[in-house]
Amino acid sequence: MKITSHKTVALLIFLIFLHAFVLAAGFIAPYDPVQQDRDRPYAPPAAIHFVDAAGKFHVRPFVYQQRVREGSFDQYEDDQATRIPLKFFVTGASYRLLGVIPGTLHLFGTEEGSVNLLGTDGYGRDLFSRILYGGQISLLAGLLAASVSLLIGTFVGGASGYFGGWTDSIVMRLAELCLALPWLYLLFGVRAFLPLLVNPLKAFLTVVVVIGALGWARPARLVRGVALSAKERDFVRAAKGFGASHFYILCRHVLPQTRSVILTQAAILIPQYILAEVTLSFLGLGIPEPTPSWGNLLSSLQQYSVLSSYWWMYLPAVAMVPFFFGYLALSSSLQDGPRADKIES
Amino acid sequence: MTQKCLQLIRRTAWLGVAALLCSLPSVLRASPDSARAANTEFLVSRDPVGQRGGRLVLSLRAEPKTLNPIIAADAPSREVIGVMQADLIHINRGSQLTEAALAKNCKVSKDGLEYSIELRRGLQFSDGHPLDADDVLFTFRVYLDEAIHAPQRDLLIVGGKPIEVQKMDAYHLVFRMAKPYGAGDRLFDGLAILPRHVLEKPYAEGKLAQSWSLSVLPSQWAGLGPFRLKEYVAGQRIVLERNPYYWKTDAKGARLPYLDEIVFLFVSSADAQVLRFQSGETDVITRLGAENFSVLSRQARGYAMTDAGAGLEYNFIFFNLNEPSVKTSADAARRQVWFRDVKFRQAISAAVDRQAIVRLVYQGRGAALWGPVTLGNKRWANTEIRHPARSLDRARDLLRQAGFSWKNGSGAEQILVDQKANPVEFSILTSSSNADRTKMATLIADDLKQIGIKAQVVPLEFRSLLDRVTQTKEYDACVLGLASFDADPNSDINVWLSSGGTHLWNPSQAHPATAWEAEIDKLMEQQLIAKSFEERKKNYDRVQQILDENQPFIFLATPDILVGIKNNVGNFQPAVLEPYALWNVETLFLRNSSEAAGK
Repeated sequence: MKITSHKTVALLIFLIFLHAFVLAAGFIAPYDPVQQDRDRPYAPPAAIHFVDAAGKFHVRPFVYQQRVREGSFDQYEDDQATRIPLKFFVTGASYRLLGVIPGTLHLFGTEEGSVNLLGTDGYGRDLFSRILYGGQISLLAGLLAASVSLLIGTFVGGASGYFGGWTDSIVMRLAELCLALPWLYLLFGVRAFLPLLVNPLKAFLTVVVVIGALGWARPARLVRGVALSAKERDFVRAAKGFGASHFYILCRHVLPQTRSVILTQAAILIPQYILAEVTLSFLGLGIPEPTPSWGNLLSSLQQYSVLSSYWWMYLPAVAMVPFFFGYLALSSSLQDGPRADKIES
Repeated sequence: MTQKCLQLIRRTAWLGVAALLCSLPSVLRASPDSARAANTEFLVSRDPVGQRGGRLVLSLRAEPKTLNPIIAADAPSREVIGVMQADLIHINRGSQLTEAALAKNCKVSKDGLEYSIELRRGLQFSDGHPLDADDVLFTFRVYLDEAIHAPQRDLLIVGGKPIEVQKMDAYHLVFRMAKPYGAGDRLFDGLAILPRHVLEKPYAEGKLAQSWSLSVLPSQWAGLGPFRLKEYVAGQRIVLERNPYYWKTDAKGARLPYLDEIVFLFVSSADAQVLRFQSGETDVITRLGAENFSVLSRQARGYAMTDAGAGLEYNFIFFNLNEPSVKTSADAARRQVWFRDVKFRQAISAAVDRQAIVRLVYQGRGAALWGPVTLGNKRWANTEIRHPARSLDRARDLLRQAGFSWKNGSGAEQILVDQKANPVEFSILTSSSNADRTKMATLIADDLKQIGIKAQVVPLEFRSLLDRVTQTKEYDACVLGLASFDADPNSDINVWLSSGGTHLWNPSQAHPATAWEAEIDKLMEQQLIAKSFEERKKNYDRVQQILDENQPFIFLATPDILVGIKNNVGNFQPAVLEPYALWNVETLFLRNSSEAAGK
């Protein structure tokens, strides 16, 4: 497919950049996302200074050491005597980039003290690092579930539309059944069947694949619609006349026509499934503590005390906005854009 | 000023009309006649004198299920019934000691088997009907009736036999027990004395369990507590009014209670209760978490927040010490071998950072624990129990002694392995609805990571958690909390006896599985029949020591009882026993209550 729209290209680059940012979490985040600093729960975001209390300008930006106010639990004040300069490329917690390349070098950090750009949570864990690492889980959930849905949806929908008749009726009734299933309760059930001591990531991926597998019905219906009209077109009839097999026609002539529908669907489904992960974690069905994901980062907001006292705990929600914007704008630009292979009626 | 007054009148007019309409039945009922009052043996309260009038508004977590004290088992029902009923002997929530209530005095025979009780004379139920020994006889007949299924029935079976009650005359009764029972007088606390004239008929017809539901007419409800039923609005509130026949007076001889009304609003979530209290809709808030407490303290306007000190709730982590059955998987059985090793449990106890739990979970409003007796319990703590600080070295030593060792993991970290080189990994269950305990489990998992143990926190819905712990026994470790209703060891007896259903680490055993559990069984039985406090304490001290040595529960922390109340409420003395705020409801009063009533 030719992507001719400049807008689409720009959005794609934007999204790739965002994903790369999250993918490189190990390098960009200054700390290990599960490392607790029990003396600093709910520390507010550190302000970055260039000018110190005495009015002197420093080229190297710095933060002040935050100290808990005497007799308080979560009230911090800047200790203006200790200036912590920010440095680029410092060594710190070990990580594995993309899950393979080991490293200890971080984009920025401090040599002593700590800098929490977006504050800390109730265990004193760095929120900035957690949002970046959490994004890996959430985006993986979205991409994985969407590909499962699309893969099943394309083949089932394509076959259903192409063959028609009984096959079509049965498949479409099945799709309607899937659409009507209360998936939340189904997930409660699936989670209950898993053993207690499983790798949390594995348990979570199982859940994601289940949502993805259940979500095939909607793309299947759309693909079926395209396949229905495609199979009546002259070149398909001609291919049939030449004695081509069903499988060949389906792969060579019918499914290629569904590309734009599928791409648009993908751009819609990915954010939808990211949101599904957030919902699940919010309900405690997603990935468990201490591993971060956008959903379980937000789940602490269920408590009124957190909601009213620590505004930086909302930031994971803000972090999601550019991703959602990117995907949804991409889907609309894919729909509007000039399409060489637009299906003519 | 006038405008303000008018506004106030307009705003409160409907309330006045409602109050008038609702008080009609009570006007129709005979008002307490002074001749009878003169002969009444009142109990004189020692609390400071207050002033009459006003209403107190509180929120309840849920609608009460019933107003019938015999079958009430849920907390909201008990809280409401608690201010409408009275007992013969009452535990003073402030001093945690028993004191005479409806009974004028109570004498115990030398063998500890007989309790002679003399009733106060001239007392009346809230409908004006006099109280006598027949009501008490009827009450105990009902509570002990197997067909009724009263939750208190088990408590009244001492030494395998129900307590026998005998009426001597209209004001004297004798209670006989089959076996001596330590602190037998505490048994009477919370046993509401029932009006025979109202309930005898439904009881004879076998309809007692159905009577006094929430739809009962106020005129058909009678009790001996400071308040009586006025109105119930389904899904919204229950309103209680002052009982004009109450049997306590203040130091000046004025009849208590001071308040005219108590309103319980049904507010289901803790956060919604906080918002209602903050906006001034409710006057009192209890069962507060530390986070909400500090939110409320930070913006306190017109109310005061009180930290009443450590309560009786103790939180702990425990391991699955059940005998593996045929259904237990080989993996689970292998893990249970570690758990049964006392050195392993001691090592976990040494590795847990209790102070961090107090600081991060309770924001410092709690205390670290090394035994089941909390600071809130004034008389039963064994002071010999040591409170060792967290020590990873000691934990490593203990693990080494138990045959564990360490090997290098993928990164820099060390992995703890058992004798067969299996890595030590297990799951910790917590209730997903309890944020505090989930937080504790997360902190513990991080503590254990430092000695090479990989613990996985698994929040489960509470019912399925209990099912795993007590029924299927498919779990490794679990963080739970227990809150005794009384500061006496007998209230926890089902936790410590090996046959008990809440003996969580290995519940409902036919025979004690270990020698130390057998010893605890023996000691608990002994303290039950011991006659003096000192003797009982000696036995219970030893129980605490055995628990400390064997660590079936690894005790973590206890939260403080946190309450908030409007500044204009007088005589407020929050206690660490339930009901935290309302235990002295009869002497609570509103300063400037004319203003407060129009609120």
